[in-house]
Order: sequence, then C-alpha cells, then structure tokens
Amino acid sequence: MSQEIDWTDYPCDGFYDELVAAPGQPRAVVRALLADLAELGTEELAVRQEAADVSIKEMGISFTVYSEEGGTIDRSWPFDVVPRVIPQSEWQRVEAGLKQRVQALNLFIDDLYHEQKIIADGVFPREVLAKSVNFREQCIGVNPPLGIWAHICGSDLVRDADGCIYVLEDNLRVPSGVSYMLENRLVTKRVLPELFEHYAPLPVDDYPSQLFDTLAALSPRPADYPQVVVLTPGIYNSAYFEHAYLAQQMGAELVEGRDLFVDGDDCCYMHTVDGPERVDVIYRRIDDLFLDPEAFRPDSALGVPGLVRAWKAGHVALANAPGAGVADDKVVYAFVPEIIRYYLDQDAIIPNVPTYRCMEPQDLNYVLEHLHELVVKPANESGGYGMLIGPAATAAERETFAAAIKQDPRNYIAQPTLKLSTVPTVVKKGIEPRHVDLRPFILSADRQQVTTGGLTRVALRKGSLVVNSSQGGGSKDTWIVSEDVASEPLAASSAAESQPASSGQVTQTQTQNQSTR
Amino acid sequence: MLSRVAENIYWLARYIERAENTARLVSVNANLLLDLPRGIAPGWQPLIDITGANTLFEEHYKEYGERQVVRFLLSDQRHCGSIMSALAAARENCRTIRDIVPREAWEQLNGLYLFASEELQQGMTKTGRHRYLRELIGSTQALTGLLDGTMLHDQGYEFLCLGRYLERADMTSRIADVRSATLLPEAEELRPFDTIQWVSVLKSLTAYQMYRRSAQIRVQRGPVLRFIFQSDSFPRAVRYCMEAVRAGLEHLPRNEAALRILGRLARSLDNAQLERLSPADLHAFVDELQAGIGDLHQEIAATWFLPLPESPAAEAD
Repeated sequence: MSQEIDWTDYPCDGFYDELVAAPGQPRAVVRALLADLAELGTEELAVRQEAADVSIKEMGISFTVYSEEGGTIDRSWPFDVVPRVIPQSEWQRVEAGLKQRVQALNLFIDDLYHEQKIIADGVFPREVLAKSVNFREQCIGVNPPLGIWAHICGSDLVRDADGCIYVLEDNLRVPSGVSYMLENRLVTKRVLPELFEHYAPLPVDDYPSQLFDTLAALSPRPADYPQVVVLTPGIYNSAYFEHAYLAQQMGAELVEGRDLFVDGDDCCYMHTVDGPERVDVIYRRIDDLFLDPEAFRPDSALGVPGLVRAWKAGHVALANAPGAGVADDKVVYAFVPEIIRYYLDQDAIIPNVPTYRCMEPQDLNYVLEHLHELVVKPANESGGYGMLIGPAATAAERETFAAAIKQDPRNYIAQPTLKLSTVPTVVKKGIEPRHVDLRPFILSADRQQVTTGGLTRVALRKGSLVVNSSQGGGSKDTWIVSEDVASEPLAASSAAESQPASSGQVTQTQTQNQSTR
Repeated sequence: MLSRVAENIYWLARYIERAENTARLVSVNANLLLDLPRGIAPGWQPLIDITGANTLFEEHYKEYGERQVVRFLLSDQRHCGSIMSALAAARENCRTIRDIVPREAWEQLNGLYLFASEELQQGMTKTGRHRYLRELIGSTQALTGLLDGTMLHDQGYEFLCLGRYLERADMTSRIADVRSATLLPEAEELRPFDTIQWVSVLKSLTAYQMYRRSAQIRVQRGPVLRFIFQSDSFPRAVRYCMEAVRAGLEHLPRNEAALRILGRLARSLDNAQLERLSPADLHAFVDELQAGIGDLHQEIAATWFLPLPESPAAEAD
C-alpha cells in the first residue's frame, strides 16, 4: 500500500514554495492537485518517477558531457515528475512583461548600432557601451529584417522569498533549453496521464511551428517558400541534441559551417547532392565570434567565410543577429528598467532583481558597506566566474574584492542574495522542497510570442541553488493552469460522476485504487 | 540532401563493409595456412602487402608474424583499415546522421562495436579467432540487412549502396589477391593444394556453395576467378558490385562523369581473360582494378561531397 503524502510535514519555511504556502496549506491553484498527489502517495509517485526515467532513456533525451578519454557521452536528462504550476492570471502578466522587455531591448540594440539616441539623451552612459565585450563594430549601420536583432530570447526568472517574480538575466545570444521544455511535456503526458488530463495545463507544443514562422518571416525572398536551416557547431557541442531536435521538428536542414558557402553574389548557399542551394534564413547556434572568419575570429573553423557580408547585403537573415549580445551584459541589465521607460514610456512590468551599479557613488558606498550580504558580479564575465558571494566569502576575500571594485567601479554590479523559490520534488524518502528558476523563451519577428511557461530548472541537491544540468540540476514540467479548471480534485470529480456515463479512464482508475487497498 | 550527409552515409557503408571484409581476409589466410604443408607456407606478410600498409606496419612491428599481423588488422588504431578503426569510424559517421538511419541500425552498430572491443582478446587467440570473426561477419551482415530493410530508399540510400559496393568490389579483389600473392611454385606435387586453396578463397567469401550451384564443375583456378570477378549474379563478385554501383549512380543527378569511369571499369573487367593470367599478371590486373575503383571514388567525392576545405568556397561550383 502506498503511503499518502502528508503536506503538513512539508518543510517549506523561510522560502517561497510555488505549490505550498505553508505546511498543510496548498496554494489556491494547486489545492486540488496536491490532494490528488497526496492520495497517489509516495510509493506510487516513486513508480511514476521511475517510469519517467525509463521514458527519457528510451526517447533518447540527452545532453552531452565531455568524458575524460577525449570522447563525449550522452547523459540522460534529469527530470522530476512533480510539475511546477503557475496560475494563468499570473502568467498573463509575466508574458506581457517579457514581451515588453524584449521589445525595448530590440529597440535599444537597434539604436546602439545606429544613432545612439539613448546615449545622447543621457539615459545610458557611453562608458558602459565602451566597456561592452559584446558590442560588434562590424554591425554599425546594419538594418536587419524588421529592425529586430534578438529573435529568440531566453530570460531567466526567479521568485524571491517575497513572492515576487524578478528577471535575473536575459540571454540574447544563443539561449538553449527549449527542447527540454517540449520533451518534459511529452514525458509528463506519459507518466501522469490522468492528472494531466484533469488539470489540462495549456499546451506548449506549438513552439517549433512558431519558431519556424518567426524565422520564415525574416526571409529575404518572401515570395518563395523560405529555405531555413539550423547552424550547429557539431555533434560535440553540449546542446547538439537541441539543435538536431529543433531542426527535425521544424523540418529544416541541420547544417554545419562547412555545409555553407557565400558566393561572389553575396548570397549564402549550402552544398547539396543536387548542387548549391540558396539559404534564406539561418537559425545559428554558434557564437558571434565564430560565425565568420572574415568578420570575426580568423581562426574559426566553425563558421562560414563571408556570412556577415551576405547578411549585411540583406541576402540572408541571421537569427539572432550578430551583435545582439550587447544587451546581454550585466551592467546593461541594470539599466533595463530605464531602457523600457526610454523607448516605450512604460514602467517595467516584471522588475529586475534590485541591482547596485558601482559606477554610481551612492551605490558604490552601499555596496562596500554591505559586501557581506551581497552578490557582486563583474560586467564582462559569464558562467559565474569572478563573482563574490558575500555571505559565503571570508573577510580576506571581501577585502580583495572591495579593492578591485574601488579600482574599477564601472566593471561591477551587486545584488542582494536571493532566496530562490522551491517546488515539491521527489527524493529518496518521499517529497521535499528544491529550489527552481524558470526560463521562458520569447520569439520576435512580425509579431511576438512567448512559450507557455518555459523550462523550469531545479537544483536536485538539498539546499543547492545551482540549477545547471552539468552540476546536479534537473528540470520539471511547467504547467500554466486556469484557476477554474483546477478547482476540483480528480478523485472528487470522479466520485461526483459516479453514473455509468463517466469516462472509461476514470472508472478504471477507481477499480485500481480499490484493488490496491 | 546535404552533401555532408551524403558523404557520411557513404563512408558509414564503406566502413561497415571494410570491417566485414577485413574479417574475411584474416579468416581466408588462416585457413590457407592450415591447408598448406609446413615449409612452403607463405606466412602472414601477404595480408599486409595487399592492404598496402607495409610502411606503417614496419614502423610499429619488427616482424611479419601471425600475432603482429593479426593484431595490426584487427585492433591497431593507428591503421585505418583495422576492424576496430573501421567500426569506430562507422560509428562516428552514424552518430551525425542519426535522424537518417533507423534507430535499430544505430543500436546494432553500437552493439557490434562493443562486441568487437570487448571480445578482442578472444579474437587474438588461435582458438577464439574463428568464432570471433564469424560473429563479426554475421553482425555486419545483420546491420547491412537492417539498413536495406528499414531505411528510406531515397538519395541517401543510393549513397549507402555506392559506399557498400565500391568497398566490397575493392575488398573482394584483395581477398582473391591473397591467393595470387602466395605465388606457390608451379610444381606437380603441389597441384592438390592448389584446389584446396581456391576452396578456401571461395569459403571466405561465402561463395563455395554458390559457386557449385552456378559453375557445376570442380573447383579450379580459372572458373573460380571468373566467378568472383565476373559473375553478375553473385553479390560479392566484383562485376555484380559494379552493376549495383551503376544502379545507384543512375538515380543521382549530375552522374555523367562517374558513369563514364564506371563504364570503363566494367569493360576492362568483362574483357579480361582471367584464366590465362599468370599469378603475377593477375596481381597486376587486381592493382589496376583497384586504381580504377579509386578513380571512381574521387569522381563521386568531387561531384557530390563537400569540397575540400583548402579550395576557396566561392569557387566551389
């Protein structure tokens, strides 16, 4: 017999839990779902978790890690069956906020590569731009199709202990993870079919066709069916699974740099068995600097010589456009609320994590006085390098950092240490809270679209805040659920429909429950 | 279809076929040696001679002993024609085209690779070798059948066939060449061994039974050579392979140059008076045939595959 889950024992003090407000008190939107999970019990939930793990292996959902012998191995994608649920009303606000943010960022990027009005008007400091490592001089004056630079954006959202959702960072270069969002949904449908059917989370499966439409809208030859390709660095890239997956789902060719060439007419072609074939739109999953040895790093073997030339001539579209990463910078991030106000004359719908800009004397003083409680990040590093996590650092480390900040204040920002929200997660002994973030994807071309939810990443180690898959992170399905649909537990509604007219599925579930008791 | 994908499929097929035929090559020589009286046995060097890898071999080994040659052909990763190298290369090619190749075929290839590496020590021993090679040949055959039976027969499949049959034609000619390379002295008392050796060659190509059905005469040099080079119905015969290559080429665009080279090859094959060739002449004939196969490969690569990175992309077409 499966032991029922007792939500009054669920230890969610001190953090905001996405599903449980306080021990024994489910949040409104999941009151019914938690009752169903409780009845399912820990053992049955473990069985479902195992089924999910098997499905993932069978479906070949993997990510690549480098092995010691120089080869690579595909590792199965870690996944937790308990979904993260967001009420539809809240999501609508987040969605509007993301659209607003990306619209402003695109205007900002376009302005930086043209008149730089935002600098002339004194809203954005010129020295921040001068220090940006992702600003590409080669892109000055270029007019990409529709004036859009960041067609695919992945913004990381976190919820702090106050229950408020913040944007932690925007990824405007080659954000990844969307294929796992899609696969997580397939796995959930397989292993929790009855709950899925009952709570009817909004679908996520449109993404590949939306992505294709976004890319197709950029085609320089709108009259013809556009030749869209996905450009990958190759099978040894850690996101190769996603590149292959998206190409397959869109029915586009998956190409490597050597498959493409730019001819004397400044058009881009791919080598096919039938001869050269013109390419209209390239969804590139290669970083700017490797795109074109003529324009950027001359030693890049991954890119296509002349590609930037063809792009500037308007003969091929690149998504995202080279240089879009200029807005993907920690100091630029700190200015996003001002950027939104400047271009759209609106307040930001989703706030930034409060950020201190050390370049401003008042902020600098505060940061230096409060180093022990802040996270300090250098502007031009990524992947967590060169960060100071104040509460965890030694006094000596803080002193060294204070000196570095005073030396070059413009290169640093600081943020309070966040208490990432948690979601119930299956562990060896039942169910415990684990920290999560959320990466939705925003598509921009002739119109804007946001994924329904996004990829919820979860730090599977107890107490850990690291959600990265290479460091013990996993993921969850993300459900956007209408409050009306979710109000009744499955068990209650099936009892109410006790007439023979009820569906076969419900009747069957009841029989099974009775026989296991 | 992308040129790179076509190229990967082509090499996938060539490497699978190469692994199988290298196994056949080792097995024919082992059998030959058992059949020959001590003292006149030519040993193992001919295998290296006909794979043309003498320089590489001599860099790493002191003598052409059985252990050294078998190790070189089965497992040496420095030799791109060794079974382990060929299987590893087939697997790498297959990895990049997993959406084209049925999943079962990928799993079969993976399993084959794991078997070949895990049981390698068995394959190195005199007693374990036969079983090891037989298992390898059986598994590659299964893989070939799986691809034929489940893969979409579109342009990609044509490249699979091109790779498979070109490699097979090349390797069949090399396997026959083992016999010509042994160059037994023409002596009356050695005549009986001659027949035995040709039976060995046939058996290593799984051709003995089919030879008997088709030729209905006892095993002797002339008809055996005709069978393995010129038969248009035995699927490991060079002539048959050429026809299969032609069928593949005919389904591809811009095939004129490749078909011309193939036509030349097929004519010289048909016109050869094999039974009249001395062993030395036969060896020369096989060399020429292999050079022709090499030319055909060059043409296929130039027409359909990615241009070499040295050539400026703008001049590619």
